[in-house]
Amino acid sequence: MLESIVFYTLAAFIIGFGVLVVTTKNPVHCVLFLVANFLCVAMIYVLLAAEFLAIIQILVYAGGIVVLYLFVVMLVNLRRPLDAQIDARRQTRLGFVLAALLLAEISAIVMYSAMHPSTAVPFAPQGASGGNTETVGMLLYTDYLIPFEVASMLLLVAMVGAIVLARREA
Amino acid sequence: MTPITPYHYLVLSAALFAIGLVGVMVRRNIIIILMSIELMLNAVNINLAAFSYQWHNAAGQVFAIFIVAVAAAEAAVGLGIILAFFRNKETVNIDDMNILKF
Repeated sequence: MLESIVFYTLAAFIIGFGVLVVTTKNPVHCVLFLVANFLCVAMIYVLLAAEFLAIIQILVYAGGIVVLYLFVVMLVNLRRPLDAQIDARRQTRLGFVLAALLLAEISAIVMYSAMHPSTAVPFAPQGASGGNTETVGMLLYTDYLIPFEVASMLLLVAMVGAIVLARREA
Repeated sequence: MTPITPYHYLVLSAALFAIGLVGVMVRRNIIIILMSIELMLNAVNINLAAFSYQWHNAAGQVFAIFIVAVAAAEAAVGLGIILAFFRNKETVNIDDMNILKF
C-alpha cells in the first residue's frame, strides 16, 4: 500500500518534470527541471532496492552532468530566444506521431506479456549476504572487469576530446 | 490498490522515453535536445533496475552504471561540440547546423 503511494507519486513527478523539461522555453529552467527529474528517478531506484545506483545517479547526473549543462547554457547565452517558437512544420507533427507509435508499441508488448506471464525463467539465487553495494562491486570487479576498464578508457578519451573541442585555437 | 509489479515500472519508463523522443523531434535548441536524450537514457536505466529487482540479479544495475558512464562521456563531448559550433556560427538552433548538408 505504502509502496503504491510512493510509486504513483514519484511516477507523477517524473512524468511532470519530464514534460516541463521538454516544453519550457528558458533553457536554464529546463536544466533545473532536469535536476528534479533525476532526483525523482534516483528515488525510484531506492524503491527498486538499487541504492548504489541511486547514489551514482545523484552524484553523476544531478551533480556532474547537470552542472556541465548549466555551464554551457550560461556560456551560450543568447540575446534573442530563437528557440521559443515551436515551428508548425512537418517535423513537429512527425515527432508526436512517432512518439505515440512508440508508446503504443511498448504498451502493447507490456500488455501482452502481462497476459502471458512467463514461468520458464527461474529466479536466480539471491546473491551473497551483504548490501547492494557489495553485490554490485563484486560483479563489477569479477564478471564485468573488462567492460569496467573499457568504460574508464572511454571516460578518459571523452575528457581529452572535450578539452580539445572546447579549447580556443591558440 | 493493486501491488506494484514490474509492468508498472515498464509503463513509466516507456512514458519517459516517449517524452524524450518528443523533445528530440520537436525542440530546435540543441542543448535541450541533448537533455531529452538524457531523459531517454534514464528511462532505459529504470527498465534495467526494474528487471534487476524482479530477477534478484545485480547485473542489470551494473549495466545501468555503464550507461551512466557513457551518458557522462556523451554529455562532455556533445557540449564541447556545441561550444565549438557556437563560437563559429553564434547559434544553437539545429536548423542552422546544415553546413555538412550536400
